[in-house]
Amino acid sequence: MGAGLAGERVAVAAAVSGFDCLCLSIVPPRRSHSSAAQGGMQASLGNCAMGRGDSPDIHFADTVKGSDWGCDQEVARLFARTAPVAVREMAFWGIPWNRVVAGKGFYYKAGKKYEKIEPAERAGTITARDFGGTAKWRTCYTSDGTGHTLLYTMDSQVVRLGIEVHDRVEALALIHDGESCTGVVARCLKTGKLRVYLARATLIATGGYGKLYRESTNAVINWGDGAAIALDTGLVPIGNPEAVQFHPTGIVPTNILVTEGCRGDGGTLKDVDENRFMNIYEPEKQELASRDVVSRWMTHHIRTGKGVPGAYGAHLWLDIRHLGAEHIKTKLREVEEICKEFLDRDPVTQLIPVRPAQHYSMGGVRTDRDGAAYGLKGLFAAGEAACWDLHGFNRLGGNSLAETIVAGKIVGEKIVEFLRGGETDFKTSVVHRAVEKVRERIDAVTGSSGKENVYLLRAAMGDVLMDQVGIFRNEADLRDAVEKLQAIYERSKKIGLRSSSVHGANPELSACLRLPGMVRLALCIARGALMRTESRGAHAREDYPERNDRDWLKRTLAYWKDDRELLPVLDYELPSRVWEMPPGERGYGSIKIIASEDPGICSPRPETN
Amino acid sequence: MGRTLKFNIFRFNAEDPASVPHMDGFRLEETEAMTLFIALNRLREQQDPTLMFDFMCRAGICGSCAMMINGRPDLACHTKTKDLPAEITLLPMPVFKLIGDLSVDTGTWFRSMNEKVRSWIHTDNRFEPGEEEERMDNALAENIYELDRCIECGCCVAACGKAAMMPDKFMGATAFCRITRFMVDPRDERKSDEYFEVVGNEEGIFGCLGLLGCEDTCPKNLPLQDQLAMLRRKMGFSQIRHLFSGK
Repeated sequence: MGAGLAGERVAVAAAVSGFDCLCLSIVPPRRSHSSAAQGGMQASLGNCAMGRGDSPDIHFADTVKGSDWGCDQEVARLFARTAPVAVREMAFWGIPWNRVVAGKGFYYKAGKKYEKIEPAERAGTITARDFGGTAKWRTCYTSDGTGHTLLYTMDSQVVRLGIEVHDRVEALALIHDGESCTGVVARCLKTGKLRVYLARATLIATGGYGKLYRESTNAVINWGDGAAIALDTGLVPIGNPEAVQFHPTGIVPTNILVTEGCRGDGGTLKDVDENRFMNIYEPEKQELASRDVVSRWMTHHIRTGKGVPGAYGAHLWLDIRHLGAEHIKTKLREVEEICKEFLDRDPVTQLIPVRPAQHYSMGGVRTDRDGAAYGLKGLFAAGEAACWDLHGFNRLGGNSLAETIVAGKIVGEKIVEFLRGGETDFKTSVVHRAVEKVRERIDAVTGSSGKENVYLLRAAMGDVLMDQVGIFRNEADLRDAVEKLQAIYERSKKIGLRSSSVHGANPELSACLRLPGMVRLALCIARGALMRTESRGAHAREDYPERNDRDWLKRTLAYWKDDRELLPVLDYELPSRVWEMPPGERGYGSIKIIASEDPGICSPRPETN
Repeated sequence: MGRTLKFNIFRFNAEDPASVPHMDGFRLEETEAMTLFIALNRLREQQDPTLMFDFMCRAGICGSCAMMINGRPDLACHTKTKDLPAEITLLPMPVFKLIGDLSVDTGTWFRSMNEKVRSWIHTDNRFEPGEEEERMDNALAENIYELDRCIECGCCVAACGKAAMMPDKFMGATAFCRITRFMVDPRDERKSDEYFEVVGNEEGIFGCLGLLGCEDTCPKNLPLQDQLAMLRRKMGFSQIRHLFSGK
C-alpha cells in the first residue's frame, strides 16, 4: 500500500529477488507526496568542503540528538551506515545529484557571506548542502526538486522491472486471522467497487497523517489511511502518535512550505506592526532557533494578539526583502516562485504571510528494526507511515527522504527473507469476513438517515488538533481535546450523505469511510500527548517543560482494542535496546532534564552490532 | 475582491446509468488569494458533494490537477481566480480517459508512455555498493535535472492537435522530453539507433505537426520546443544513416 519512495523501494527489492509484487496507490505513483520534498537526503558521503570528515558515526549522533533520545539507536546506526550506499545506488539508477564544483564558492549564514574552497580532487562527486541540526553539510540534493527526481527515478525502476501498480485504489481493511495478515480489502477510486488483494506479505507505506490537522504542509491525501487500518486490527499499535512536528513557515492560506533557508540566509519574522519579535524571545539564536522553538514563539506571539488578521485567520510576516533581488532570484528561487505563483506576491518588495503548520508524523505503525509490524505476521511498514523508529520525538531535515530510501532497501530485503522462510495459508472464511465488515461500513453510511456532515466533522477534528493538540500542549486543553474528539467520533457514526447519487467513486462516500479511522488516530495523538507529562523534541508541554528521562524515556504504543471503545489503550516500551549514546543535552533548544536513574541507559557503551 | 464568481463545470459520472454529460452552474464568493484549489473544494464541501476532481500536493509539484480552464489546459492549484474573468468554465482534459466530471485517468496513460519510450537508464553495468559514485560534471547534472522536471500533468498532451487526432497512439511532447533526458545522460548506454526505434516514427517525433501547443501551455515552462527540434534533427540523421546503410 503506497507507491511513494518507501513503497516503491520495497517493491523493487522484492521484484529483483524474483517475487511478484503489486503496488496499490491512491494516486498515480509519480504523484505521491514524496515528490514534494524539495530539500534533500542526508548521507555522510563527506565529499564537499563543508562535509569533510563526516562519517556514519556523526550522522548517527546528529540523528539521536535530534530525536531527543527518543529513537531506536540500533535503527539509527543501521540507517546512518546504509545511507551513503543508498544515495550512490540512486545515482546509479539515474538521479542527477548536484556535484562538487572545484574552486572558490560562497555561502550565507545569518545574513553574512562566507567563503569556501572545494578541492579539485573531489570535483564531480556528489555534493551536499547545509540543514538544521547537523554537524556537517550532509544533505544531498538535486537543485530544488530532490523528492521529484528520487520518485521519478524510483518509478523508472518499477517500470523497468514490470512491477504492476494499481493506482486510485484505497485499502480499507487488512485481512487477518488474528495472527497473520494476508492482504487487504480495497476500494477502486475510479469505479467505487470493492476488491480483494491477497498477499503473502503486506507493506504499509502510505506516508504520514498530517491532514488530520487543520493546517498542514502535507498533501491532501496524507490522512493516515495505512496507520488507520493497522490500528483497526486492534493488534497493531501506533508508536509515539503524539510525536508531531510543526514547521514555522507555511504560507497562508494553502500552507505550502517555504524553506528554512529564508531564515538561514537572514530573513526575519515580523508581526502586525511589522516589528520583529524573535530577537526578544530568543536574544541569542533569534530567527535561527530550531523549528520547534520558532514555531512555539510564533504561536505565542499570535496568541498575544500580535498576529496579522486575514480572511484565513491570523498570521505573521516573513521578510526577506533586505536580502536583495539578486540573492532571492538565485539562492531562493523556489521561494520566489511559490510567492508569485500561489500568493501573487513579489518577495523582493513584499512581505510573505506565514504561520506554523503541521509538517511531519514521527509516529506511525510500530515495527521492529526489520520493518515487521508488531502484532501481525506478514505485515510490514516503512517510511513516514512507520514508527521504525528513526526519528523519536523530532526528525531532522533531510532524514525523511533518506529514511524512505534506506528503510525501503532494508525492509525490502527483510521481506524477501520472510517470504523465503515459510509458507502462508489463505483462508477464504477470513477473507469473506473482512469483505463483509467493509460492506457493512459502506451500507451503514449509504443507508444512514443521520444528519451529520462529513466535511464539517473533519474540519471540527482539524480545529481541535490544531488549537489544543498543537505546538503548545497542556493538561486542561488536552483533556478537553480528548472529550471533543470523542464527541466527534460518536457523531461520525451518524453521518448522512448529502450526495444525490453514490454511483462510482463518490468523493463524499470516500470521505465518510475515512473519517472514523482518522478520528481514532486523532484520539491516539491527543491521549498520548495528555499522558506524556514531559516535554521532548516536538512534544512541548507548558505544564511539564522539562525532559523527564527518569519517567518518560519510553515509547508510547497506542492500541484500539475494541470498536465500541472511545479511547486507545496505551502501553509503553523502552525506546531502544541499545544505548550507544546515553541521554544528554542536544546543544540547542535549552531545556531542563530530569536524569534517568537506570545504569543500563546512562553509561556510554561501545557499538554492539 | 467582492466578486461573485460563476462557474460552468462539466459533469458526467460514467458509473451512474442516469448520468448524461452536461454543464452545471455554480456561484461562489471570491476571497483573497483564492485559487481554483480553494474554490473547487468549497464548491464540493458547501454545494455539491458529488463533484469529482483531483488534487494532491496543491503546490504545482505533483501534476494531479490539470484541467481545461476557460479553454486552456493548466494546473488548477496554481490558477488564481483574480487572474480569471468572473465567469469560469472548467472541462476535463481531452485525450485522457474520463473518470468523472473533471477527473481523468492520467496514471494509465503515463505508465504506458513510460513503457513505450523505455524511460529508464539502460546499462550493462552492475551497482557496486562498495565503490565511489561515478563522477559527473555539475553542469551536466543540472542539465539533466532541467529535462527531468516534467511533472506528467498532461497539459502538453491536452493542448496537442496530433494527440487529439491519435489519442491512444501519439506520444506527445512529454515523451520526447523524457527521451532527451536519457539521451543527454551518459549513464544511459543506448545508441541513437535504439532511440530511433522508439520515437523515429509517425507515433513519435515524425508525427509532430509543429503546432507547439505544448510549449505554450507547459506549466513548468519546460523548453519543449528545443527538445522537439533537437530530437527531430537527431532522428533525421539516424533515418538518413539507415537509408544509406541499406538497413
